[in-house]
Amino acid sequence: MIVPLSWLKEYVDIDVTPQKLETKLFDCGFEVETLTELGAEISGVVVGLVEQCEPIPDTHLSVCQVDCGEHGKFQICCGADNVRAGGKYPAALVGAQVYATARDHVTIEGTMKIKKGKLKGFESQGMLCSGIEIGLNEDLYPGADYCGLLVLPEDAPVGADIKPLVGLDDWMYDISITANRPDCMSVLGIAREVAAALGKPLKMPAVDYKTDGTTLDGFKVTVEDKDLCPRYQAHYVRNVKIGQSPAWMRRRLALVGIRSISNIVDITNYVLKEIGQPMHAFDLRQLEEKQIIVRRAKQDETIVTLDEKEFKLNPNNLVICDGRKPVALAGIMGGLNSEIKDDTADVVFESAKFMRDNVRKTSRALGQHSDSSQRFEKGVDEYAAQLGLKRALHLIEELGCGSVTDSAFAEAVSADPTATRPLTVSIAKVNALLGITVPDEEILRILTNLDFAPVIDGDKLSVQIPPYREDIENAPDIAEELIRMYGYGHITPTFLAAASVTNGGRNAAQNSLLKLKRTLAAQGLYEAIHYSFYSPKDLDLLRIPQDAKERQAIRILNPISEDLSIMRTILAPSMLNAVIRNVRRGNDAGRLFEVAKTYHSAEEHPTTEPEEREALSIGLFDGGKLSFFDGKAVLEALAEAFRLTFTYKKPEDPAKYPFLHPGMSAVVSLGDEEIGWIGMLAHDLTDAEVPEHAVCLAELDLTVLRPYLNKPVAFEMLPKFPVEQRDIALLVGEDVICADLEACMKRACKSLSKVQLFDVYKGKQIEAGKQSLAFSLWFRSDDHALTDKEVDQFVAKILKNLAKEFEAAQR
Amino acid sequence: MEEQIKAMRAEIEAAAAAITDSKEMYQLRKQYLDNKTGQISALMKNMRDLAPEERPAFGKIVNELKTWALDFFTAQDARLKSAELAKKNAAEQIDVTMPASAHACGALHPNTLIANELIEIFAGMGFTIFEGPEIENDYYNFTALNTPKDHPARDMQDTFYVSPELLLRTQTSAGQIRVMENTKPPIKILSPGKVFRSDDDATHSPMFSQMEGLVVDKGITLCDLQGMLDEFARNVFGEGVRTRLRPSYFPFTEPSVEVDVSCFECGGKGCRLCKDTGWIEVLGAGMVNRKVLENCGIDPDVYTGFAFGMGIERIAMLKYGIPNIKMLFESDVRVLSQFHE
Repeated sequence: MIVPLSWLKEYVDIDVTPQKLETKLFDCGFEVETLTELGAEISGVVVGLVEQCEPIPDTHLSVCQVDCGEHGKFQICCGADNVRAGGKYPAALVGAQVYATARDHVTIEGTMKIKKGKLKGFESQGMLCSGIEIGLNEDLYPGADYCGLLVLPEDAPVGADIKPLVGLDDWMYDISITANRPDCMSVLGIAREVAAALGKPLKMPAVDYKTDGTTLDGFKVTVEDKDLCPRYQAHYVRNVKIGQSPAWMRRRLALVGIRSISNIVDITNYVLKEIGQPMHAFDLRQLEEKQIIVRRAKQDETIVTLDEKEFKLNPNNLVICDGRKPVALAGIMGGLNSEIKDDTADVVFESAKFMRDNVRKTSRALGQHSDSSQRFEKGVDEYAAQLGLKRALHLIEELGCGSVTDSAFAEAVSADPTATRPLTVSIAKVNALLGITVPDEEILRILTNLDFAPVIDGDKLSVQIPPYREDIENAPDIAEELIRMYGYGHITPTFLAAASVTNGGRNAAQNSLLKLKRTLAAQGLYEAIHYSFYSPKDLDLLRIPQDAKERQAIRILNPISEDLSIMRTILAPSMLNAVIRNVRRGNDAGRLFEVAKTYHSAEEHPTTEPEEREALSIGLFDGGKLSFFDGKAVLEALAEAFRLTFTYKKPEDPAKYPFLHPGMSAVVSLGDEEIGWIGMLAHDLTDAEVPEHAVCLAELDLTVLRPYLNKPVAFEMLPKFPVEQRDIALLVGEDVICADLEACMKRACKSLSKVQLFDVYKGKQIEAGKQSLAFSLWFRSDDHALTDKEVDQFVAKILKNLAKEFEAAQR
Repeated sequence: MEEQIKAMRAEIEAAAAAITDSKEMYQLRKQYLDNKTGQISALMKNMRDLAPEERPAFGKIVNELKTWALDFFTAQDARLKSAELAKKNAAEQIDVTMPASAHACGALHPNTLIANELIEIFAGMGFTIFEGPEIENDYYNFTALNTPKDHPARDMQDTFYVSPELLLRTQTSAGQIRVMENTKPPIKILSPGKVFRSDDDATHSPMFSQMEGLVVDKGITLCDLQGMLDEFARNVFGEGVRTRLRPSYFPFTEPSVEVDVSCFECGGKGCRLCKDTGWIEVLGAGMVNRKVLENCGIDPDVYTGFAFGMGIERIAMLKYGIPNIKMLFESDVRVLSQFHE
């Protein structure tokens, strides 16, 4: 919110520098996002008196001799049509900075530095300026919009800095207001805080007015939905004369970014910025059946707002109606049908409290926003509603733009919107929460400055909460008021002085997850984090069938876009996208993993908490060599790290993994439990998305795996007797599975302690349809040293069984 | 006889001098010293032909020759071995500046590194770790945290809903309630996790991570909060880094504070990182609101507590100098490979 220093000074005597005030505001909870001098970009411009002015023949230019007082006298060429000898204008000296304007002399195009120049052979040492060139407009300074020089008052001191003279020395505070302090969404609200922080009295704006003794007979105000409108006040003003507002009001509105329209509209805007109360004015002529009804809209009722947009309404929207039709969208915008016009003579002013939730919902649902709706969304209090109306009526009288009648209407839940609320708290409790002792006299000083009327009686602190402080409810609120004004610098850090000692750290499951991540990193993988939501298109990328369970995703009701609209049921699409992104960016190879939740529910929009499972996704990609076994090695490292044995089987139904190479993919199991899959990316997918690269993907369900991740270490004694090693080479059919051969060998011989494949050959030297597999076998016994003869017998038995089961021949 | 011995000695020396290969030298050695066929052994056999009184003298000089030959061949062997080794080494020179065989060392995500660092710090202070669900119900995420029904934070614009009852949690504070409902004080928990907000621009990501801390016990004060945060700031950002509290607002704490750390780049003098203020905003905190304690069945007249919450990405970006939050979710290996523990 923008607050001009000059406006604040109307209510508080500010005797500190603008920067010091910023610090004061910051310390008591009001962060000043920017503090800027209004004329920050203007420098070196002084009052210049044109002593002589000679036209340059055949041009629109004049050569002026300009007296700039203490700065000297300069020759300046000028093209404005209103330059004349004896006039006083802003003179930008050489080295000055002013705004540069486009050819239209109106549009500002950045700033410029004034340099010595020559025009038509005449030297020019400076520039005479228009209002726009020094950052003014008609509202900020009357006459500033004229498309020639800005004419300064005759009594302007020659050579004086222009800024104080035209109000460019003002300071603008852009203050961020926290959600609990809607009462500070106004110049007066900030002034209250400034007064309290500086310990100065607050000068309230005048709210008195005289009524003219007339009444509006038969007019009625009814609030049907008090839950959405707890206070509605209206006042009839007659003999309205629409005209221009005075310069002081236009200037203030301009400072906070509001263009002057007419006195009546300006008064409503002024009260909005000054008191923080949105107001509205209806043209009485247009209110049928002499009444105002505040009610929920009927289904499909319509209204055309001031900006000529039509809206179809429903009972979630609150409207202000006359006897027949809606004439305003409550708190958001008036209707075109009751707009103030140039010939409006009778006006009904509205000042109300509409509930912030309803204004926000209606405003969002209709896509219709205004200064008023933005203010109501933050929360307006009833105190401001009554104060704002009084202030508006005072201004009508002050500006002489209407006659305030005796017809006042107030429909409200609470009888007295100015009533304070009593609260008594224990001082000991307040201090205990802070951890320090705020001296009683400081408590009294601070709360008095905040207008809380404090009384201390022993440990009891009684206050009267001002009506606009709806945020104050209990002792911690008082503690906060005290410490923000007393200063957070008084807090002296302690280290849980009174707390019990507790035992901290990760639990076993959390530790094992960290170990899992570190194991993967040790395998050269980088940890990735991807969004928890993606698009159905991402499932399309993996060609997940429409009836697959992965398609049963939870859908976000209000996604940012379709691209981020469903919760992940499988991590692989995000991983493949990460691989694609890397390859497109020219990263030739990489190894990635992600550990994240997947979300599962039978319903698209679940009403009970859905199942969240934890999954591990792995993605390896390489522009050179990469095989299935590189991926398998990662999983095997994981299995080893957690002392587990994973088994791999070709999927019975490869159609379940339509994105994988049907011949280079496997289902991964732990014991009898399926825990995931691994495989090379299908050829056509690779060619389409990451040509010239090989990709290996895997995904494990950690929720299944988790209980096994904390398997304790079971130490195994070293063998007492030596190990004997033999190698065998087998000729078997191409479809024979290595794991089956190994299992057969182990069944054949109990003393076979380890089998390892060390060579695979397919090719010319053996018959077609066959492969040669070479294994190393290790034998040992727990009770004696094996003899050569024994081992020979073991190998013979193994070969015999292999021959029987697999028609395996020794090579 | 002595002449013969001398000649043999000269013969061996001459033959050895011509040899450059240790295998050849071995052959030469064998030629003279082999027990059965060697020429020196043969001399010994000749002894039988001598008169008994000549034998000792002869034996002596032959033995001397043998001893000399053994030493001689050992020395020759060493000479050749070291020459061969030098030759082999010379042939095997490599360029050590050539690249190593590639087996990249992986790395954890910067978010994980920061989370781990925070967990280590707070675990030492007695905090345990709690992880709640990411799809939360409205009550835990908002209502129980004293966020009234008409609070702007609840608006559809900020929160992702999956149904009228369930939403993607917008803050890890949701975990506070789950813990407090089921645990009697003393409570010290840290709750890390993903959170979601409907914000997607240059500085906002619709998903990010938070770390929430909560302490509830008898006699917990605002001074304790600052003391603990000082410890955090020193550990994460370096010795000498201080904290500053300033008033703020969160529905679930009262008083609420915004916590700044003194700029670790310039030491508080003012620089680009701290935008010339000397301070960097890092987290929000406050004393747990009475109503929140009451909602969880904890008597606020007996227990007090504090809570703090920080954005993990924000800490990571500050600490590592990452300019754009989106970089953390793109998985570019050139980015991820920079964060080794």
